[in-house]
Amino acid sequence: MAETLPVASESPAGCKARAARNVLGQVVLPGEELLLPEQEETDGVGVAGERPLRLNAGMRSRLRVVCGPGLRRCGDRLLVTKCGRLRHKESGSGSSGGIYWVDSQQKRYVPVKGDHVIGIVTAKSGDIFKVDVGGSEPASLSYLAFEGATKRNRPNVQVGDLIYGQFVVANKDMEPEMVCIDSCGRANGMGVIGQDGLLFKVTLGLIRKLLAPDCEIIQEVGKLYPLEIVFGMNGRIWVKAKTIQQTLILANILEACEHMTTEQRKQIFARLAES
Amino acid sequence: MAAERKTKLSKNLLRMKFMQRGLDSETKKQLEEEEKKIISEEYWYLDLPELKEKELEKSFIIEEQSFLLCEDLLYGRMSFRGFNPEVEKLMLQMNAKNKAEEEEEDETVEVDVSDEEMARRYETLVGTIGKKFAKKRDRANYEEDENGNMKPIKTKKMFLKPQD
Repeated sequence: MAETLPVASESPAGCKARAARNVLGQVVLPGEELLLPEQEETDGVGVAGERPLRLNAGMRSRLRVVCGPGLRRCGDRLLVTKCGRLRHKESGSGSSGGIYWVDSQQKRYVPVKGDHVIGIVTAKSGDIFKVDVGGSEPASLSYLAFEGATKRNRPNVQVGDLIYGQFVVANKDMEPEMVCIDSCGRANGMGVIGQDGLLFKVTLGLIRKLLAPDCEIIQEVGKLYPLEIVFGMNGRIWVKAKTIQQTLILANILEACEHMTTEQRKQIFARLAES
Repeated sequence: MAAERKTKLSKNLLRMKFMQRGLDSETKKQLEEEEKKIISEEYWYLDLPELKEKELEKSFIIEEQSFLLCEDLLYGRMSFRGFNPEVEKLMLQMNAKNKAEEEEEDETVEVDVSDEEMARRYETLVGTIGKKFAKKRDRANYEEDENGNMKPIKTKKMFLKPQD
């Protein structure tokens, strides 16, 4: 391209910050500023040149708004840091203003506290295991962080095992730490993932799509044959079925369904159900 | 022997507890305030009144990096058609837990035993458990009727002082 496109964030006077409410569902680019609902009212009024009488001039209603992944706080506005569609969800308790986030797509995982991930044990050193989760550094997993583990009773974890656990510490300043136990001390399905099966990697957006409550893909897959799947939020999926061929078919379907339309998917499932 | 000239004591020494017992309360307060001033001046703070005003007035924005709050996602382990029964049980448990947190319904739990029957049982229960801890003399009070119901407990025989 001969000409460079004007960067939106270059001239603050040139581009106007849009109201977050109007942009829901549309594509936003990094560098855009979004106004929260309360501010856009006052800004609009200020432009008109008149101010209505207000009983409480200084105080504004304090709404607690949460800005989720892809957004950052910039003064009293939201600054977009990833490109994608803007989404909003009203919170259950009416007091807080809900949560805004950007639905973006990426393959690289950044550890986040509370996420359940699949990790591969790479090293065993003293009291901790080093687990590769796909981030910038391996996470550490203490051997006491398993259900029913004590100093005498060590868990049976070898190098190369697959672990399903969640992060307790995950920020940019510290090494991520994960555990296979919840706050009550129960495993809840976390721990070493069993023998056999196949581990493969997909994009992070696909995982979230597959884990949505009303996902048709999973429902259709579940009707094919007996199988087991584990989804890690770091983009890793582990599947297991009775035969190797079935496992491979399953892996191929899950990898391909990201780019298929609904009709193509239904055709493929129909063909599989026949054979 | 009284010294003719006061020996010069250092500031730190004067600040020690045993030297201050003799002082009166005013000088004590003064010394305390001076110490507090020294300590608070060592802390750094932002001298930007405009920023503070802005923080107070505007709405609170909290940054979260987790997708768990944004979308309700199902539990990550799944099993279909009975491949792994434990995981299937877990699926029901975890997904039901998510739903239970969202929905705030008051459901009346179905009871196997009605309230009246519970009350009746408790009446007799006091008697049967009481029998266990009663002394041999008192056990005579816990006699059973023909129907198997507990007789009312007779009043204990206390010592009656002679009126003479």
